[in-house]
Amino acid sequence: MSAFLVITFSGIALGAIYFLAASGLSLIYGLMDVLNFAHGLFMTIGAYLGWEIATRLPSSFGAPALITLAIVGATLGGAVAAGITELVLIRPLYGKPISQILVTIGLDLAAVGLLMGGFGSTALQIPVPLWLIEPTRIGSMFLPNANFLALGAGVVVLVVLEWFLARTRYGIIIRAGVENREMVRALGIDVGRAFTLVFVIGGAMAGLAGILYAVVFSGDLISPTQGDSLLIFAFIVVVIGGLGSIRGSAVAALVVGLLQDYTSFYIGGHSGWAQIGNLSTVLLLAVVLEWRPRGLFGRVV
Amino acid sequence: MTDAVAVSDLHVSIAGSHILQGVSFNVPTGGVTALLGRNGVGKTTTLRAILGLVASSGQIQVLGHDVENWPTHRIVRLGIGYVPEDRDVFSALTVEQNLRLAESSAAARYDDVFSLFPELKQRARQRAGTLSGGQQQMLSIARALLNDRPLLLVDEPSKGLAPKLVSEFASVLERAAEHSTVLLVEQNLGVVKRLADHVVVLDHGEVVHRGGAGDLDDPALVRRLLGVAGAA
Amino acid sequence: MRTWVSRHVGVVIGAVALTLFAVVPFVGVHVAWVLPGTLDIVNSTGTLEVLALCFMFAGVAVGYDLMFGFTGLMSLGPVLYFATGTYVFDIALTRWAWPLWPALLLTFGVSLVLAVVLGAIALRVHGIAFAMVTLAFAQAFFYLIESNPHNLTAGDTGLALSYTRLPSFLSGAVSNTRSLYWLALAFLVVAYAVVWLVSESVTGHVFVAIRENERRLDVLGIRPYRFKLISFVVSSLIATGGGVIYILVIGTAVPSVVASTTVTLSILIMVVLGGAGTRWGAVVGAMVYIYLQQFLDKVSAQPSFTTLPAFLRVPLSEPQFLLGAIFVLFVLFAPGGIAGQVGRFRAWRRVRALTVDASVDQ
Repeated sequence: MSAFLVITFSGIALGAIYFLAASGLSLIYGLMDVLNFAHGLFMTIGAYLGWEIATRLPSSFGAPALITLAIVGATLGGAVAAGITELVLIRPLYGKPISQILVTIGLDLAAVGLLMGGFGSTALQIPVPLWLIEPTRIGSMFLPNANFLALGAGVVVLVVLEWFLARTRYGIIIRAGVENREMVRALGIDVGRAFTLVFVIGGAMAGLAGILYAVVFSGDLISPTQGDSLLIFAFIVVVIGGLGSIRGSAVAALVVGLLQDYTSFYIGGHSGWAQIGNLSTVLLLAVVLEWRPRGLFGRVV
Repeated sequence: MTDAVAVSDLHVSIAGSHILQGVSFNVPTGGVTALLGRNGVGKTTTLRAILGLVASSGQIQVLGHDVENWPTHRIVRLGIGYVPEDRDVFSALTVEQNLRLAESSAAARYDDVFSLFPELKQRARQRAGTLSGGQQQMLSIARALLNDRPLLLVDEPSKGLAPKLVSEFASVLERAAEHSTVLLVEQNLGVVKRLADHVVVLDHGEVVHRGGAGDLDDPALVRRLLGVAGAA
Repeated sequence: MRTWVSRHVGVVIGAVALTLFAVVPFVGVHVAWVLPGTLDIVNSTGTLEVLALCFMFAGVAVGYDLMFGFTGLMSLGPVLYFATGTYVFDIALTRWAWPLWPALLLTFGVSLVLAVVLGAIALRVHGIAFAMVTLAFAQAFFYLIESNPHNLTAGDTGLALSYTRLPSFLSGAVSNTRSLYWLALAFLVVAYAVVWLVSESVTGHVFVAIRENERRLDVLGIRPYRFKLISFVVSSLIATGGGVIYILVIGTAVPSVVASTTVTLSILIMVVLGGAGTRWGAVVGAMVYIYLQQFLDKVSAQPSFTTLPAFLRVPLSEPQFLLGAIFVLFVLFAPGGIAGQVGRFRAWRRVRALTVDASVDQ
């Protein structure tokens, strides 16, 4: 029973990271019809920037301050990378959705290649404070502190994002734009600015997801292709949740994270079944598409 | 005084079909100019071209500015209120949020709009998607009137509505036309006769008639141009 | 005569190129700088192998063009069917010691079933969701191969092909590189012919109509779904053929090389670089891509390269960076790819010829 709860908690934490990775993707698609292939790159850039910060700053700052700065830096780095991408590569291609996808694919390949050239393709280690590695005891269970960090980040981002979309003018513009971009323009609003903003927000969440995934689930290791593998799960979450829906992403991320953790814990131990966690998420995707092609919360796609 | 809108030799092609083939007309400042024609002759496309929502070639002058190749939001900010054909309210947003989105300055006239349509005030927190068709049209018109716009582009405000509402919207537009120029696309001849000062008739992507509203009193002309009986 | 040639300039160029490529194995010319290093003799084993890869990818790319360029379906999962070709064929020959023909039959049978079933599911969604779903399926297949189920695929170690049950002319010995070269060329010809026939048929015209405006077909009472599935399946089977050629030429299947998303992206880039929806563009795109990849790889391995300053050496030593950057520039500044540029040039020449004629008339 206790193992079950620990696995559940870890699945929820994984779901929180998937939510961070997927919600920006979903929002970008919903508003702009762009499949942003470079979203994985933003995660990777966040992780590497975090690594630079955590390893380059003097250790006299103390491990907790360093990891905090690294996480903040990763978030900002993802945001800046995404903003530049939108302005330089996406904007000249408005109205050409296929070209926009292609340009993000090219960017992803080129930049990952550059990261490999600059940092090598072997994994790098982010130094983290001890408490992040230790578990917290609740009753008879030991829950990893890193999982709390992921869960906390996921919840905070969900709440802030919901507030932003419901209450602020730009949030309302984004929601209106997801529904009918043209009419937003016809009200005299420059949708282009909302596009850049959505990219920046999505990039920030991707950067955050990138470093948190490294710290929480991959033993503090980062590699140039980590974001791209995470991106696949973000795609799965986005399609299951419904393109353009934040709440859909949140629910789907949770379901996918839990499913992956349960299957790899309870089935993945048997020989030849090691990849069942990853496979089960794709199987879930196939089932959802058969049953409800628009996803859990989505409009018609 | 200059025209509020002057269009000359306007061409629009959508997905390979040539929708507008050299449309030229002008909308004098003040009063209501009605853009008429059978279904599918390009009236809505003409409004959308003026707003820069479809790619077009030709000259378009709006409120004294040459606006070809301008982005839509810049054209609109010259002072246009737009009521689109299918209302296009944002169904996921509340009535209040729909209005807030349209607000272009602190001088937004919420009081005026709510006194025109008290129902909108009562339903301010309701999601626009759950409103009736008539209420959605109220919201769509309210959005256009919220800011003091010198030019209103109104596309079939009476479409699919009960006669009582049609006449209510007609009087709202009549009052709006006292200080704004209105370019009105409308199928309901009764409404057109009541509001219009000038008429422009389109057929097959070209302007086939221009004149005063009085021309609509000639049933033969109306039948020839619009293919409908003159009495409405 | 002159008019026939100018009207069928593509056919002529294609026939000439095919003939030239077919006799390459007999030509022992030394060409410096084409491929630095050991590959600069035209009929050396290394060069023939690279060219065989070019033909193989050209065939796969033209098959992908049928689905992406003609039908407008942006699948991000062609690698799944490519890897099916490589692995099922490899497993049948190596693990089960099947003879050639049954192994081929099994390979294409498995690919057909996978393409029909997975295509039917993925085509329930449109546009971008379709791209995401096909990508997810392909990634699942990658995980499956990597996990070495029942010790069939050998996982990350890679599965070397056993040539014992193959006819001697394909037996993988260096002297047989020529036969493999011709086999790859033949595959390209067959793939091209299939795509030509399908795209010029009534079915092919429906594909183009789907790409242009799917809704309009619904209005006409044609159900696009079945046609999209046909396009998907034909394209996938061609990819499977490419996978078989790959394992014959290279001799080893490694998941990260034959089954990862990188392969999909390469195919997509080849088609876009050459010009989607033109057939020959995909072929040229694939040749250029593979050649560039090999060339850049060789250049960065040159000893003199290490003397470059880091800000030049690091980006230039990564073919992936350069190919990605070239691709971005093409998408931004040369939409329509190489074929689009050629088309623009020919249109410009035609206009110029007309104006010259007109001025002569006066």
